[in-house]
Amino acid sequence: MSYRRMRAICVKELHHIVRDARSLALALLLPVLMLLLFGFALSLDVDRIPTMIYDQDHSAASRDLVKQFSASRFFQIRGMATDYATVERGIDRSQVLLAVVIPVNYARDLAAGRDAQVQLLLDGSDSNTASIALGYSETLVRNYSLALRAEAMNRRGGQTLAPPVDARLRVWYNNSLESKNYVVPGLIAVVLQIIAALLTSLTIAREWEMGTMEQILSTPLRPAEMVVGKMFAYFVVGVADAAISLLVGIFVFQVPLRGSLLLLAVSICVFLCGALFWGIFISAAAKTQVAAYQGGILSSFLPAFLLSGFIYSIETMPWVIQVITHIIPARYVVTILKGIFLKGVGLSVLWGELAFLALYALIIFLLATRKLNQKLV
Amino acid sequence: MKSVVISDMVKRFGSFVAVDHVSLEVEKGEIFGFLGPNGAGKSTTIRMLCGLLTPTSGGGTVNDFDVSTQPEQIRRTIGYMSQKFSLYDDLTVEENIDFFTGIYGVAKEKRAERKQYVLEMAGLSERRRALTHTLSGGWKQRLALGCAILHDPPVLFLDEPTSGVDPLARGAFWHLIHDLAETGHTIFVSTHYMDEAEFCHRLALMYRGKVIALGTPQELKAGLKEHSLLNLESSDPLGTMRALEGLEGVRDVAVFGGGLHLTVDDAEATSPRVRQRLGKRGIEVRKLEEIQPSMEDVFVALIEAEERRAA
Repeated sequence: MSYRRMRAICVKELHHIVRDARSLALALLLPVLMLLLFGFALSLDVDRIPTMIYDQDHSAASRDLVKQFSASRFFQIRGMATDYATVERGIDRSQVLLAVVIPVNYARDLAAGRDAQVQLLLDGSDSNTASIALGYSETLVRNYSLALRAEAMNRRGGQTLAPPVDARLRVWYNNSLESKNYVVPGLIAVVLQIIAALLTSLTIAREWEMGTMEQILSTPLRPAEMVVGKMFAYFVVGVADAAISLLVGIFVFQVPLRGSLLLLAVSICVFLCGALFWGIFISAAAKTQVAAYQGGILSSFLPAFLLSGFIYSIETMPWVIQVITHIIPARYVVTILKGIFLKGVGLSVLWGELAFLALYALIIFLLATRKLNQKLV
Repeated sequence: MKSVVISDMVKRFGSFVAVDHVSLEVEKGEIFGFLGPNGAGKSTTIRMLCGLLTPTSGGGTVNDFDVSTQPEQIRRTIGYMSQKFSLYDDLTVEENIDFFTGIYGVAKEKRAERKQYVLEMAGLSERRRALTHTLSGGWKQRLALGCAILHDPPVLFLDEPTSGVDPLARGAFWHLIHDLAETGHTIFVSTHYMDEAEFCHRLALMYRGKVIALGTPQELKAGLKEHSLLNLESSDPLGTMRALEGLEGVRDVAVFGGGLHLTVDDAEATSPRVRQRLGKRGIEVRKLEEIQPSMEDVFVALIEAEERRAA
């Protein structure tokens, strides 16, 4: 490998990058845009569930229950119904997700010490949100009824009754359970994967289309020198994108960075090399810029988004898919980023992931070089 | 010393034979012209010599390196200009030169001198900072030639370098090629402009993958000497063609510019017969004279002979 030839390629690519100001601006703005869009849209937190109340009882006791809902940050009361038709309309039109129906005899049953019943109606079409809403409302009603029962017993027996088991919860690593802290580090990895493929997927297909490849192939330049030279030029852009993404994550989304910034930087650089080589490989394999562009986006975006564990937990996937995720580089960088950001763990925990990313980069580099070599024949 | 040797070279693409058992040799310092219509196999042959394609069978050497086994050594010692303009449009003149200086590995102490040489040769010293896509065709082509000779290669392959360039620029380009040959460079150039053939030291005519004629321009023209060529201008060229059909001593009639070229066995014996026949049909003969065949006549005749043999 000749350093001079690699440098010549790298400098030439940098000239292309700088000349094409529009693409460069896009390459630098795209991560910010994607982070902001996905970061805010992909909020997995369910709170302020739109709720409708149908209070048939109109008693002090029923109003007390309604107060429990309106005081909770998880529910937001959007309306009071006076008949079932209104409830139905509200759910059908997606104005509310949950309806709480308090039957006529609620206060009387409570006072008589009988089981009072409350009906919870849920829109189950978004099953994920519905089950979370169900959990919240069940918990709220159960806690409330326990409190009522304890109060009643107190009155009768004069003895304070504590719930039999009291679970003391402490959440580690993301103690406010905010989903942005979980989503954003993974999102940074996904965004970088896509950007890297976008940056390099055109670079060789364009030379074929323009006819410059034929000229280059008649020179002493070797495929490996071309791959490395091109990779380094786009690496500069990739690192700028990574820095921008990290700044957005830390300062806009306020994701806490608990681990080592150095380890974070090294991991991202290793990951970028592999992702950029992948784009070059796609570009060498595709004949045209259009095919290379589509291949680059699909082959980076889909696995990174679906199989990296960045939102969809790998543990809950079918085992075949779980096996496949092991060859998705995004999976490892998502683990590394979440580990460094949220847990603050270091190389002693993450070395395996880092080693995989390095190996991946090497393998893809060899593949890209081979692919380019085949075209020389 | 032989710069290029091709021996029994064949290239097949599926069932299509692009290059069909071609053999020839090119001496050092020679301008060797490769002529023929589009699709004759000229580019394919040049690509094989540059190591861009592997021959199906047969082979050759360039600068004594084998095209099949030593493509790396060949690439170090050749310059190649492909058919399509192949510099980077979004780079400046200087950046293109610097790029090729880098990948050809031109020695540090020679770089400034080579760059100066190429800029002057292409007449681009003043426009060194211009973006390449702003240059006219002739300039681009001279810059492409310049970039292909930055490492001062002993052999230069030019694949239709003058296609799409105006005649004035073509003339200037051939001057450059002659200058290069005079300093000992071997030039292997393909073209389909017949007038350019005259500028070459030696020529090969390629047709349907085969070399159907090989020699100096004079030798090729002399090959037509068994026939004579008459230039005929008449009041009715189409009627003339019909009238001369089957006339004894006339081998072929071809439209040439505004008139006709007649290939005849013997000019002196045939001319009166032609006049007589046309007079009978009421066609006025404005001019009838024996002429020296041009390259184009030579090639038309050779290709027609080849067609007749194949039929």
